[in-house]
Amino acid sequence: MSTETRRQRVAEIVQTARSKRARMRDERITMAHGAGGRSSQALIEGLVLPALENERLGQLADAGALAVGDAALAVTTDSFVVRPLRFAGGSIGELAVNGTVNDLAVCGARALALTLSMVLEEGLPTEALRAEVEAVARTAAQAHVEVIAGDTKVVEHGHADGMYLCTTGIGQVDPRAALSPDGLRAGDRVLVSGPVGAHGMAIMLARGEFELQAPIASDTASLWPAARALLDAAGGDVHCMRDATRGGVASALNELARASGVAVLLREADVPVEPAVAAAAELLGIDPLYVASEGRLVAFVAPGCAQEALAALRAVPGCGHAADVGEVRDEPPGMVLVDTGFGGERVLDLLAGDPLPRIC
Amino acid sequence: MRFTHEFRDGKLGRALADELPALVEAGRTYKLMEVCGGHTHTIYRYGIEALLPDGVELVHGPGCPVCVLPMGRVDDGIAIARQPDVILTCFGDMMRVPGSHGSLQEARSLGADVRMVYSPLDALRIARENPDREVVFFALGFETTAPSTALTLMRARRDGIRNFSCLCNHVLIEPPLRALLDAPGLQIDGFIGPGHVATVIGAQAFAFVPGEYRRPIVVSGFEPLDVLQSIRMLLAQLAAHRCEVENQYRRVVSWEGNPSAQAAMAEVFSPRASFEWRGLGSIADSALRISDAYAELDAENRFSVPGAQLADPRECQCGEVLAGEIKPWECRVFGTACTPEHAIGACMVSPEGACAAYYSYGRHRPVAETV
Repeated sequence: MSTETRRQRVAEIVQTARSKRARMRDERITMAHGAGGRSSQALIEGLVLPALENERLGQLADAGALAVGDAALAVTTDSFVVRPLRFAGGSIGELAVNGTVNDLAVCGARALALTLSMVLEEGLPTEALRAEVEAVARTAAQAHVEVIAGDTKVVEHGHADGMYLCTTGIGQVDPRAALSPDGLRAGDRVLVSGPVGAHGMAIMLARGEFELQAPIASDTASLWPAARALLDAAGGDVHCMRDATRGGVASALNELARASGVAVLLREADVPVEPAVAAAAELLGIDPLYVASEGRLVAFVAPGCAQEALAALRAVPGCGHAADVGEVRDEPPGMVLVDTGFGGERVLDLLAGDPLPRIC
Repeated sequence: MRFTHEFRDGKLGRALADELPALVEAGRTYKLMEVCGGHTHTIYRYGIEALLPDGVELVHGPGCPVCVLPMGRVDDGIAIARQPDVILTCFGDMMRVPGSHGSLQEARSLGADVRMVYSPLDALRIARENPDREVVFFALGFETTAPSTALTLMRARRDGIRNFSCLCNHVLIEPPLRALLDAPGLQIDGFIGPGHVATVIGAQAFAFVPGEYRRPIVVSGFEPLDVLQSIRMLLAQLAAHRCEVENQYRRVVSWEGNPSAQAAMAEVFSPRASFEWRGLGSIADSALRISDAYAELDAENRFSVPGAQLADPRECQCGEVLAGEIKPWECRVFGTACTPEHAIGACMVSPEGACAAYYSYGRHRPVAETV
């Protein structure tokens, strides 16, 4: 066997191992299980899904589908544990609303109502709580949704970073939507709704762990206007949407390539990143493709109407820099490849562990 | 971003690559070793191998400080981290390096206070903010990072910070290079020299490579155009039967290096008689310890640690990868038992480790469309 053939065989063996359902092999939970990369995948596919197995959950969509009579509904839930509670461009209250509204939006559903659970830490200043409840109210009003039920718990000092919020959302699925994580088809164009990575970078800077200051504000926003514009322009030819939150664009693309059994080819140079975000990521040795956004989506649109869809997206306030960043191919299934603009293609993988800086 | 994007220009890269075939003799193989893990990362990240003519092969060297750290030292760090009232600080990729019983990250999940820092000065700040805790910095790296550790220890002494100390794992670049060059059956035709290390010790520090071992070396920057240009310079030397130190990274590296960084290192560190390198074994005078003058800041004096020399797991072939004897994918556990999330060997942990870089970026090779 030639060297190249052997190398290909090793690549195939690795790929076969990875395409199987991930197993949870860790004895304890570490921060990596919450980072949205391969450890999170192992936790969900290897521990949660086997116990709760059902077809709708098994889709691993951002929201679960629910039919009541003739009504097509979507349901989702999300917890918010951000530290610090307030940061440039937003706060935990805004995230709690937008995060859940967005999980519905990328499933083609307009949010109808939210619930809000608050876990409060003993000692939290009342004013801080008031500010976040008001942020929830303001953001919900902007998204045209009401909080119709809630719950409050208080835990001892030292058991929560001030507050944790959890929201559940119920939405009505747009009749034109035909979206699914396994809906990617060869030829589909990949669109992103604007510059990526601003939220994650704003949080990293707000923590003050790096002596680095930059004009970077979180991108938290409702994605329903963008999702609706895409459905208006392309309807059922929008095959899938996902918000690029934890783990960034790279993780979203990997999850969908895996679910659909297709390859995604990304043109790295075409992915919009704000200059300040790109510079901070460069300094910290982090790839912005892995950094979270809280108001950006990726959409997979049939090639025939991709241009129209992109134009519609760019007309949405805040999405002026939306871009076509790549395409879907048949081979190699389950992988995301990047055109480096240099020597050819490389793999863009799920992240292992927490995003780690390089040391030299 | 100025000063980085210019060095990632794909068009220039392809133009540079087009000049390479003329420098290569048909039928001859050229094995070029990139010493530094930062170069390995760049090579896979930008797919540089695909631009090289037939016969030119890149071999990954031992210059990834996380990868060469032996398991026993990881265990020492964990033993310190598990003591009450200790905060252990380290660089990010150190957190996942496996010791004999788990990593620092796992120690943290069991309650140890392990914190990631970007600079030893951050560790010193944590010590200032936590005067009732012992703060230990797990120092590692070649001459690149040693000066910042030295300056931090000097500042800790100047400011009288008594709850700070350092577990020193700093290593030197010359001894492992000599070990490789002395090995029988060496097949390396030339070296891509480590630019960051050279910033401190100067390009002159590599004069022994052509001088004593008759191999050319080009000190290189870390952007893809830097690496490609360095490869071109090496091939040009080989074609012209020249053998010298050349400096591609002149915008940063001088011939003499940085004298104040060298002075700080000389004040704070002393050579260790020998140090164990993962995969390469014990190498004399290859590492630094904290000098007697700074003994009170040495964590090895402040805490008792196991200090064991442990063999690598039997299935692990990191040693052969680090010596350039096998490619990452030729290791028997590559990508199956050993993956970035469950690494057996350290080369699979750091983004600069050859195995992790190959696994993350390179394992797919499109059916050859390149000419």
